[in-house]
Amino acid sequence: MNEPWLVKPENIKILWRVLIAILVLVVVPDFFIEHHPHFGIDGTFGFGAWYGFLSCVVLVLFAKLLGAFIKRPDDYYDD
Amino acid sequence: MTTSMTFPPGLILALGGIMLPFFHGAARSALILVTPLIVLVLVWQIPDGVSLTASYLGYDIALIKCDVLSRLFAIIFAIMAFAGGLFALNQKSSLELASAFIYAGSAVSVVFAGDLISLFIFWEIMAIGSTLVIWSAGGNGFSAGLRYAAIHFLGGVILMAGIAGEIATTGNTEFTSMTANSIPRYLILAGFLINAGAPPLAAWLPDAYPETSWSGMVFLSAFTTKTAVYVLIRGFPGTELLIYVGLYMVFYGIIYAILENDMRRILAYSIVNQVGFMVTGVGMGSEMALNGAAAHAFAHIIYKALLLMSAGSVLFMTRKRKCTDLGGLFRTMPVTCICGIIGALSISSFPFTSGFPAKSLISQGAADAHLMVVWMLLAAASAGVFLHAGIKYPWFVFFQKDSGLRPDDPPWNMKAAMILFSFMCIYIGIFPNSLYRLLPFQVDYEPYTVGHVVFQLQLLLYSGLAFFLMLGMLKRTLTISLDFDFFWRGIGRVLAQEFNFRLGNAWYGFTDRTINAVKRLVREIYRHHGPQGILARTWPTGSMAFWATVLLGVYLVFYYF
Repeated sequence: MNEPWLVKPENIKILWRVLIAILVLVVVPDFFIEHHPHFGIDGTFGFGAWYGFLSCVVLVLFAKLLGAFIKRPDDYYDD
Repeated sequence: MTTSMTFPPGLILALGGIMLPFFHGAARSALILVTPLIVLVLVWQIPDGVSLTASYLGYDIALIKCDVLSRLFAIIFAIMAFAGGLFALNQKSSLELASAFIYAGSAVSVVFAGDLISLFIFWEIMAIGSTLVIWSAGGNGFSAGLRYAAIHFLGGVILMAGIAGEIATTGNTEFTSMTANSIPRYLILAGFLINAGAPPLAAWLPDAYPETSWSGMVFLSAFTTKTAVYVLIRGFPGTELLIYVGLYMVFYGIIYAILENDMRRILAYSIVNQVGFMVTGVGMGSEMALNGAAAHAFAHIIYKALLLMSAGSVLFMTRKRKCTDLGGLFRTMPVTCICGIIGALSISSFPFTSGFPAKSLISQGAADAHLMVVWMLLAAASAGVFLHAGIKYPWFVFFQKDSGLRPDDPPWNMKAAMILFSFMCIYIGIFPNSLYRLLPFQVDYEPYTVGHVVFQLQLLLYSGLAFFLMLGMLKRTLTISLDFDFFWRGIGRVLAQEFNFRLGNAWYGFTDRTINAVKRLVREIYRHHGPQGILARTWPTGSMAFWATVLLGVYLVFYYF
């Protein structure tokens, strides 16, 4: 079976390493560049990184919680 | 009475739509592609100010009143009609394309309407056109279209009441910026917001849009909500309430999209989310924020249509819509996959795509006004957009697992439409001034500073990390999520049962009477014309001569008088 490069387990490991490298790279500039914070908190180190990550965790957890109450089988409205 | 020679471009689009069912083959394709281009040329040429007026019910109405804002929306509507038409060339339903063009034409007419009366008329034609687009899909589309129509006509009644009240109290029909300070104006605002997909009635959008055909939703995503954004920008800039409504929409869209399994419902929720950004911008009301709302509407129409074209291509080729049935399509649909990813990056405001220079204006508007909480929430929401649309949609449709499906890319015209809009997404991303110079106010803002690009990359890439770390929690299930439409679906069902019984009686009564009437008629005819009937007898020649004499006598009498 000739599987595409993208789905082979060893390559997925490579992709994770590339992603981690990029994640480190985008935080590095915060050592050098001067942000112009509007409020203060947005001037903290790696603000975009930690705030983006945290926002997503909160959103997913909240969605899970809400889902426990409002999820229904997808034939719920069918007669 | 028309007093000027400007031909309304919206009318041309609608006429093109009406003519469509009478054309076939190459002529039909030509009509579909050429009509929006004519409209685009006409829109460019309309001068500022009022250029077409008429008189209706004793009021002077301005059918065409143009300024920078009207022109911006009319341009993108015409471009959208062209790309949508190109994408839908293989759509066999003439009803869908014809109604889509009438719908698009009335949207163009709404943005040129200079007064509240003509605005309302085109607003309602839009509701009819879009309902027909939904109905033309058949299947579940019919009941979804009924619910859609019910909500929109309710919105229309509220809007009409507001407009009537406004004209009665102020005596002014002109559509200009208003302060929400009276009941009629609140009604007008409510009517506008229903079309924008605002709470609590937002569920009409994810309920109805995904039930349309593979091409229908591409059209629907563009016009209704964006004309609502247009009328809000013109009618209610700086109305603080809109900030809260917009923020609610932003997060409503994200949360429901995270829970959703149907790929086109994910994108439908993300329409509400994106319109939420625009409504928030209108609520802030500064030149920066209003520019942001307008720019975001322009960019959004392109990348959302692009996303729906890629989803429509998947639906067209596989007949499947659920993430649980899809996955691994990147193998055989490379063009659809890459174009879908470009759309997904644009909606996430990735640097060098159209969403970045557009949405940045709204965030900057919040920063300039020192609205820290609003700014923080918009930033969190930007991360959430990448989560629910930017990664989730391409991941579950094109990657995820191998679903075993091996569909080809769609026909050439569908690919061409996707490539055209992908190009526009990237072009606007790289050359933001091409969009900025069309905006209502002078733009004094540079989106590509190192700090801003780094911030955005951090925000998005770490959202991506969060997505893959929490993939287990995001696994798709065969579920839907309850929404406010639970209530009106319930009412509909109870009403339907009630009417089933009453209508049943009425129907039987009606058919019984009809059948009896027909039976009676047949009996009468038989009595007169049947073998024993008076008209079937042979007549003696004498009586013929007698009646001829009478006729001649009457003729003579009439001749002399």
